[in-house]
Amino acid sequence: MKFWIGAAVAMALAIAIAGFVNYEYFFFAGYTVLMFVVLATAWNILGGYAGYVNFGTPAFFGLGAYTAALLYKTYAAPLALQILAAAGMAGLLGCATGLLTLRLRGIFFAIATIALVVMMETVFVAWRYAGGATGLQLLRPAPTAPFESYIKMLFVLMAAMAVASVVIARYIERSWIGRGLRAIRDSEQAAEASGVPTLKLKVFACTVCGALMGAAGAPMPMYLSFIEPFSTFNLNYAIGALASPMIGGTATWLGPVIGAVVLSTLQQVVTVTVSNETNVLVVGVLLVVFIVAAPEGILGLFRKLKR
Amino acid sequence: MGIPVELLFEAVLFGILLGGFYAAVSAGLSVSFGLLDVPHVAHPAIMVFGSYCTWGLVRAGLDPIVAGLLLMPPFFLLGMAVYRFYYETFEKRGAEAGVRGIAFFFGVALIIEVGLILGFGVDQRIVEASYIGKSLSIGGDLRVPLRTLVVFCVAVLITVVLTLYMSKTFTGRAIKAVAQDEPALRLMGVNPVRIKQWAFGIATAIAALGGALLIIIGPVEPAMDRAYIGRTFAVVVLAGLGSMTGTVAAGMILGISESVVLMHPGLGASWAPAVSFALLLLVLGVRPQGLFGR
Amino acid sequence: MQGTTRSLLHIVARALGAVCAALLIAGGAFAQQPIKIGMSMPQTGSLGAGGKAELVALRMWVDDVNAKGGLLGRKVELIAYDDQTNPALTPGIYTKLLDVDKVDLLFAPYGTVPTAPIMPLVKQRGLLLMGNFSFQVNHTVKHDMWFNNLPAPDAESWFAGFFEQGQKVGAKSIAFLAADQEFAQNLANGAKELAKKAGMQTVYSQNYPPATTDFSSLIRAIRAAKPDMVFVCSYPNDSVAIVRAMNEIGVGDGVKLFGGGMVGLQFTPIMESLGSMLNGIVNYNSYVPGVKYPGIDEFLVRYQKKAAEEKVDPLGFYLPPFGYAMGQMLEQAVNGTKSIDQKKLAEYLHTHTMQTIVGPISYNKDGEWAQPRMLMIQFRGIADKNLDQWRQPGKQVVLYPPAYKTGDAVMPFDKARGK
Repeated sequence: MKFWIGAAVAMALAIAIAGFVNYEYFFFAGYTVLMFVVLATAWNILGGYAGYVNFGTPAFFGLGAYTAALLYKTYAAPLALQILAAAGMAGLLGCATGLLTLRLRGIFFAIATIALVVMMETVFVAWRYAGGATGLQLLRPAPTAPFESYIKMLFVLMAAMAVASVVIARYIERSWIGRGLRAIRDSEQAAEASGVPTLKLKVFACTVCGALMGAAGAPMPMYLSFIEPFSTFNLNYAIGALASPMIGGTATWLGPVIGAVVLSTLQQVVTVTVSNETNVLVVGVLLVVFIVAAPEGILGLFRKLKR
Repeated sequence: MGIPVELLFEAVLFGILLGGFYAAVSAGLSVSFGLLDVPHVAHPAIMVFGSYCTWGLVRAGLDPIVAGLLLMPPFFLLGMAVYRFYYETFEKRGAEAGVRGIAFFFGVALIIEVGLILGFGVDQRIVEASYIGKSLSIGGDLRVPLRTLVVFCVAVLITVVLTLYMSKTFTGRAIKAVAQDEPALRLMGVNPVRIKQWAFGIATAIAALGGALLIIIGPVEPAMDRAYIGRTFAVVVLAGLGSMTGTVAAGMILGISESVVLMHPGLGASWAPAVSFALLLLVLGVRPQGLFGR
Repeated sequence: MQGTTRSLLHIVARALGAVCAALLIAGGAFAQQPIKIGMSMPQTGSLGAGGKAELVALRMWVDDVNAKGGLLGRKVELIAYDDQTNPALTPGIYTKLLDVDKVDLLFAPYGTVPTAPIMPLVKQRGLLLMGNFSFQVNHTVKHDMWFNNLPAPDAESWFAGFFEQGQKVGAKSIAFLAADQEFAQNLANGAKELAKKAGMQTVYSQNYPPATTDFSSLIRAIRAAKPDMVFVCSYPNDSVAIVRAMNEIGVGDGVKLFGGGMVGLQFTPIMESLGSMLNGIVNYNSYVPGVKYPGIDEFLVRYQKKAAEEKVDPLGFYLPPFGYAMGQMLEQAVNGTKSIDQKKLAEYLHTHTMQTIVGPISYNKDGEWAQPRMLMIQFRGIADKNLDQWRQPGKQVVLYPPAYKTGDAVMPFDKARGK
């Protein structure tokens, strides 16, 4: 019950902020923070619960973004449809990736996911209709009522997606699916031996992970009014999605949320005050520090302090 | 086919020269990942760091290859230190930590990359030498850039030296042994951790020389390590983990594939970056143990 | 004692009063908030060398304006961030300029590639944008408050010279090599139209990803196609790599003309480092020594002094005069309308001819120059490692337009290279 109250409060807060705050750049930055909450939560389903560390985030995110952009360019599709289609395409990609690569162990799986990102980037670089390496300029439509500012609308939308992704992650975590994934993480062979349908669970996790990331990517073309393959499929998204749960804690749904909020907010502050590169340095340093010194993340540190 | 025959011949030739280079830069990874099982995604980043160090030394008046050789000892020590840290933090704590090892090395690669951007900016850096810019004319039409030829020769040399080292010296054989049968090595009185540290140092030293070769071949910029993650892992996996001869063959295969795709009028330059990864996925799907794998 | 203290106090009080008065008067000159002009400028990355030079010229303009009392009595402040020639960064930078730095007016970044992503943004917000050497970047968005400082409104005006020289020697076939990015693609598409109109056959056409560094295979493939002309559309990093590869591999002795739309061969550091490798290349430029624009000689003297101090492009031929002109146009619009209202300024710029150091500039309805002035030149007699040779006329022979022409192209390409 506490969770649902918390979720409702978070959503109400987002709407209230959109109503009263008029500082546009806040929503511009806030959108990115919320987007990483979704990406981190999604990543954690496969990477944290099941233990399959992967760098595939940009592939799903980027496919979602391009699906949305192309639907908008070709049919002037409304945002809701873009998001659904993006989630669908990215979910399909997740399913296919799962079936093809989840037989590989540890690092080979991780490298294979990098390969997936590069393949996707190459496809869109070579596809002229999608803009090729040049990219596409997109003119936003007017925001739907009651929003007067498009960026505020995107902010509230992303807040809703963040809440939704957490709800999904929490459900998976608490259900038999989560138990199965944890069994896989602890020892895949033992899990297989005790009858856990490991392949089905892994493919399921991969599909959900992909779909959520695709949905997170869908509003991106409208957010920037521009899309091009190199920044869309950039491995920096992989690192951000991976670092947030590692910093927050991978065991539950709360870790990625905390990690993403802390990390992404810090990145935004650094970008505005120092420089763009320094924010990438911040991620790298925090990631390494937490992996080495606090593998259970911020939540793990809290637990240790409580004892 | 789409490519006329004389062009195909030249594409293959360029590919072989390039392939030798790929083999040399992957040789280090063949040791650190192929033999020692360290998920060293930061290997290309260290190589790029080596390129920048080479650039600095060339500005001070050295020839790039000499610079690369001079960088090998300090990078060797760096490699030993990195392995020690990795071992204490991850390998000792068990297999589950291994998965975090990948994320760790990715973080390290990122830190190196951003460090280079903050230190040198995003601009491309090149080096000048007497053999850069000229080409060798063979027959009427064939022109081979000298820089590719020089790099190829050095690359072949490194590979030969490394292979001899691994098969003829005690330490070299110990390195191969530690990959195959660690307890047996312990029984012989050799400390496996020291051997692995030594091996990692060698791998890093080779990466430094690889970096010098990289900046001879063409301009270098900080984010280049990303393109080489695909290439080096493709070569190492295609070769079969730990096989030195395999690395050469795999390097050639990658070089030729890339070169042919580049010259093909239909496919061309847009697809070239994906070749290494496509090859990697193919190998992982069809024959995960590679050509000469154990 | 008391008397001395009192008179001392008097003196101090009067002195303080004088200082306060002086401060008030000086401050009163800029008593209001400054007018902030915001932009991102590529200072690193492919266009970096050109961007840094132009920034020197823009700061010169700001200083000149402030020395005359500012705009509308307010001091002018230029806020410029580095976008690293990376189009992904410009939307964020311009949003920050508008919402965090709260700038009043905008300059576009130098170059088509960094400018393309912000066109929807400025149109959506109804903002005036002073374009900065971008090509056809407004053709999809069609923003009516866009004013470009590029002296070529379309491909026809830009490359007529190249094709004219080729046709003189009966060139029939052409090869295209273009980077896959907004500028090069716009250029290549325009040039392909011209080729078709001239009845030429395209024997090779390749787009390459902007990060390509090794052109050996591509040049080799071009040579195999045996074209009469080779038309290249590239950004500085690739232009350099292409010239080097062309030098190593060779394009074949049947080629009459090589070059066209290679950005970067106008930046002094690149001209210096490529040296004699440039000989024979036919490329474009916006200014070469010998061309008489009003006020340009005096500008270059001042610029070159500043550039030497800041260690950037020491000659400043290509971009800096046009950057300064961009400032001049905005200045005339603000002074002419006595406001910084975006719509009023746009209307002024559409309806007036502005006098600048590169000549008079007036706009057509697309926000591009009504009268083109792009030069097509051929590099001739260039020696290695010699900066001063570039100051003399004759190193870049002007082939087109007729008003500025100083000679015809030496063809074929190998002959012009002295081989």
